[in-house]
Amino acid sequence: MARPALRRSVFWRQFRKNQLAVCGGAVVLVMTLAALFASALAPYDPGAYDVTQILMPPGLAHWLGTDQIGRDVLSRMLYGARISMAVGFVSVGIAVGVGTLIGTVAAYYGGRVDEVLMRFVDLMLNFPRLFLLLTLIALLRPSIWVIMAVIGLTGWMGLARLVRGEILSLKEREFVLSARALGARDPRIMFHHILPNALVPVLVSATLGVAGAILAESGLSFLGLGVQPPTPSWGNILIEGKANIEIAWWLSVFPGLAILVTVLAYNLLGEGLRDALDPRLRQ
Amino acid sequence: MLAYLIRRLLISIPLLLGILVLSFVMLKLAPGEPGVIQQDLQARATGAQRETLRQLYGLDKPIYVQFGRWLWRVVRLDFGRSYSPDGRAALDKIAERIPITLGLNVLELLIIFSVAVPLGILSATRQYSAFDKSMTLFVFVGFATPDFWLALLLMILFGVQLGWLPMSGLRSLNFEYLDFWAQVWDVLSHLILPVLVASFGGLAYLSRLMRGSLLEVVRQDYIRTARAKGLPEGDVIYKHAVRNAVIPVVTLLGMMLPGLLGGSVFIETVFAIPGMGQLFVQSAFSRDEPVLMALIVIGASLSLLGNILADISYGLVDPRIRVSGREAR
Amino acid sequence: MTGLPAPCRRSPRTLSLLLVLLALVPLAACSRSETAAEPVAGEGGPAYGDTLVEASIGDISGLIPNITSDSASHEIGNLIYANLVRTDKELRLEGELAERWEISRDELTITFHLRKGVKWHDGVEVTAADVDFTYRYMIDPKTPTAYAESFRQIRRAEVVDRYTYRVTYEKPYAPGLLSWGIWILPRHILEAPWKAGVDLRTTPQNRYPIGSGPYRFREWKTGEKVVLEANPDYFEGRPYIKRVVYRIIPDQSTIFLELKARNIDMAGLSPIQYRRQTDYPAFRKAFHRYRYLANAYAYLGFNLLDPRFQDKRVRQAMAYAINKREIIEGVLLGLGRPAVGPYKPGTWWYKENVKTYPFDPERAKALLAEAGWKDKNSDGILVRDGQPFSFTIRTNQGNLVRQQTAEIIQRRLRAVGIDVKIHVVEWAAFINTFIRKKNFEAIILGWGLGMDPDQYDIWHSSKTAPDELNHISYKNPKVDALLEAGRRTFDEAKRKAIYGELQDVMAEEQPVVFLYVPDALPVVSARVWGVEPAPAGISYNFTKWYVPANLQRYTR
Repeated sequence: MARPALRRSVFWRQFRKNQLAVCGGAVVLVMTLAALFASALAPYDPGAYDVTQILMPPGLAHWLGTDQIGRDVLSRMLYGARISMAVGFVSVGIAVGVGTLIGTVAAYYGGRVDEVLMRFVDLMLNFPRLFLLLTLIALLRPSIWVIMAVIGLTGWMGLARLVRGEILSLKEREFVLSARALGARDPRIMFHHILPNALVPVLVSATLGVAGAILAESGLSFLGLGVQPPTPSWGNILIEGKANIEIAWWLSVFPGLAILVTVLAYNLLGEGLRDALDPRLRQ
Repeated sequence: MLAYLIRRLLISIPLLLGILVLSFVMLKLAPGEPGVIQQDLQARATGAQRETLRQLYGLDKPIYVQFGRWLWRVVRLDFGRSYSPDGRAALDKIAERIPITLGLNVLELLIIFSVAVPLGILSATRQYSAFDKSMTLFVFVGFATPDFWLALLLMILFGVQLGWLPMSGLRSLNFEYLDFWAQVWDVLSHLILPVLVASFGGLAYLSRLMRGSLLEVVRQDYIRTARAKGLPEGDVIYKHAVRNAVIPVVTLLGMMLPGLLGGSVFIETVFAIPGMGQLFVQSAFSRDEPVLMALIVIGASLSLLGNILADISYGLVDPRIRVSGREAR
Repeated sequence: MTGLPAPCRRSPRTLSLLLVLLALVPLAACSRSETAAEPVAGEGGPAYGDTLVEASIGDISGLIPNITSDSASHEIGNLIYANLVRTDKELRLEGELAERWEISRDELTITFHLRKGVKWHDGVEVTAADVDFTYRYMIDPKTPTAYAESFRQIRRAEVVDRYTYRVTYEKPYAPGLLSWGIWILPRHILEAPWKAGVDLRTTPQNRYPIGSGPYRFREWKTGEKVVLEANPDYFEGRPYIKRVVYRIIPDQSTIFLELKARNIDMAGLSPIQYRRQTDYPAFRKAFHRYRYLANAYAYLGFNLLDPRFQDKRVRQAMAYAINKREIIEGVLLGLGRPAVGPYKPGTWWYKENVKTYPFDPERAKALLAEAGWKDKNSDGILVRDGQPFSFTIRTNQGNLVRQQTAEIIQRRLRAVGIDVKIHVVEWAAFINTFIRKKNFEAIILGWGLGMDPDQYDIWHSSKTAPDELNHISYKNPKVDALLEAGRRTFDEAKRKAIYGELQDVMAEEQPVVFLYVPDALPVVSARVWGVEPAPAGISYNFTKWYVPANLQRYTR
């Protein structure tokens, strides 16, 4: 079919026009690379402490200063990027998986099933997300897998609605009808024809979802219920920032800045993707 | 209108039930011995002792019976006793904190509304101007800023460096010794940072919404008609367009409550405010299940309330609903 | 003031109150002050009034100190209640409620003569009946106190007359006189509920106490503050400082900022605050800093009910794996000394040359291997019987030094193959949820020390009930025997030998890893005069502190 190919080149052209989105994409790329190559980039072992360098301000030896037992903040932040990326991708992966499944089932079967599932989505949306996160983590134990699962399992609702909406609108489109007419069976229709087209807005949602996941993880870590020290996470370095607030501003400023920049980048990227895909804006 | 109201409330009942069921499911998800047994036993308790305790707490009964019992207690607002040293009723611990958190949230909603609406209007009327662009940037940055970080930054700036604002609690130590106006300023100065930080994200969101709504309304036919009629632009915008544009924004205010409730966790932790959020974190740490359960049920119920209020206010302002009691499809 | 051992949350100022002295010999003290010139009485002279605001990291657990064991409750209890005896500035015993006392020739009987005309805060007179009630309450098995043991040694107690109380011990009991530094409780208020079987923690006394001490209770807002007011009828004279407020601020940073903002008048500094943040002229002008070796030590304790920690080699390995020097140099910034046992250096019973554990990770690994811990799959974690060696260290919130120490220990133990997690808990929850229920694997905590070498309450195998102090459930018959022998003679030379042997056994056994003895680093607002550092610290003469009239801040 000619349609997908046409879409793609139009999409890229549109996307490139949006400078902010391109910037966002670039930053995301840089962060991901930094996370992947943290071990090469980090000037120090993130766990190596030096009691003669406790709470040192940024300087030549430690570009971003040191923490309360003398560990290098820059190195810890590079490894923290790994955690953020990992949690971001995995939890969004879970959210996409669950959301797509539920949205697809609801849209496909319709009727009672749809109504029950959508009511369930409404129910889940009723809980403040952070409350859910805190409760679940308190009841299970905070390990990184639990955190990823919990963030994913509290963030699939928007996606489910989105997928359902997309599928409902696509269900009656020509290429589906023609596929049916050609004798294709339902699951095949679902997976080969409908989903790929629905996936693009899902991608947008997922990108924005990564931003939310990073915020959630760093928030949990800041509260002490996320990634546990000594494993560095941008959020848990901020714990030391708060504890030493009067003497070590760098422990508060830098990790938060990293979170801000990364989340902003993902948001800009996501919004840019959405704008590039939205036919109404192509004027 | 009344029919709409009643229908809306009726829909909420199964939602409320759903909240309770989901909360109970979460409680039962916890692996290992239920906390209540953990707390009562020392390290080397025997199997028989555990069994006795299990029977005592009714944990040997099938799950639907347990749910039924729990439900029966919750309906009478009995969430059990906290596991923490003071052993007070979970509900009491929460009840004394609800006014603080809700009070702050309402204050935040007021601030969000009163700042976001003008900002949104300004952005829309000066679309694509430098102001609009910087507002857009502000909005994006606002979404991306972790509120606990913003709190720390402002604490460092205003609390540590400049010393202008207090950094924790709701009142100073020597509150009782201050005269009335000093007391007023004392409370206000303690509220400035937390409320500001908590409102930041919501402000960004709502101003964006306001902008979008106004832009949308301005494209409508009746606005063009008003202009064609020769009405002054100021009237067109501020009397007609804004009034209509504000409607969806107002109705959304209620929907922001869950977000603000969640945000209060960070704000209260950083600023040491004795509200629900702070209690939540403490209870999460000490695995204080009765309090956690109470908090999540109450939190979700408050959210539900917020949504209901939003829907009701929508029903009030949308003339179609007000008149016929039916939502236009 | 009394000096019962109490787990200390490490607010250095509170440590100086936890002193009780052995009546026998004045101590070689370790205390220096960093004040500028001694304040000269002149401008103003002693004046009544003003309020002193102190910070406390944890809330108190109750206002009947006999049934609490945390230093905050003891500190406030010391102001509200009076004791029969207390320690003076030279760490010698002096009388408070007891005007004088006599010890019989056989050293088994003490006769206390109480002062006449001392009143409880509600006007009733303090008599020997109150002392007797306190005694009977302490020995009641239902009373949730950690300090009953001393009173159980008494064979007979009698009220001789209204102001005379006589106790006779079963056997010679060296810490006996010292133990009467216990807070005396009001019989006329508490006897009735106690006899009726009521738990005194639920009586009004626990929240609105009536005592006979220098300060009267005014208010306790849970989690927020405790307010005390000077007792104008205090028999030693009305305290100058009219009101004392304890603000509960669970965060050391906030305490420090409030201190700098002059909203707090007295607090303990952390080493980093002392060295790096308070060394400028404006601070020196506003506050006086003090520094002296505290009567306390910090340790890494293990739950000895856990089979992994029951092997002495494992504990010794951890002692070798930890570098105490780096903790003292780096975390304490030199403001402290290594601890090698449960006693403070400089005391007459402190033994110099016990076995120490210099930093030696190889030795640690060897010992662990001997105990059966091997790294089977080369992931760096030791394993035994299929279980990886992993445990959680818990410590209390509000103490940066302990957290830093925990992080360093975590890293050092990881280097020898032990995986350690850290859990920082708010003080009250720490004590009640984890310590009392023995629901922990390892802890970093401190002990405030008394001025008698007797530590029966902490180490004896019979002291493991939830309200008692042997949290780690240590059971060593040799140590038990030494603890018992040490309290049975008054002969200092003999006691020194016994406790010397005890220290040798402890050094070998390492029931805990003794970490450091910190310096106490209190600061007091410069407007307060009368603070005189002495072997007992600075708070022994609190009732004599004053703020000259022209400097008073809180005048209502």
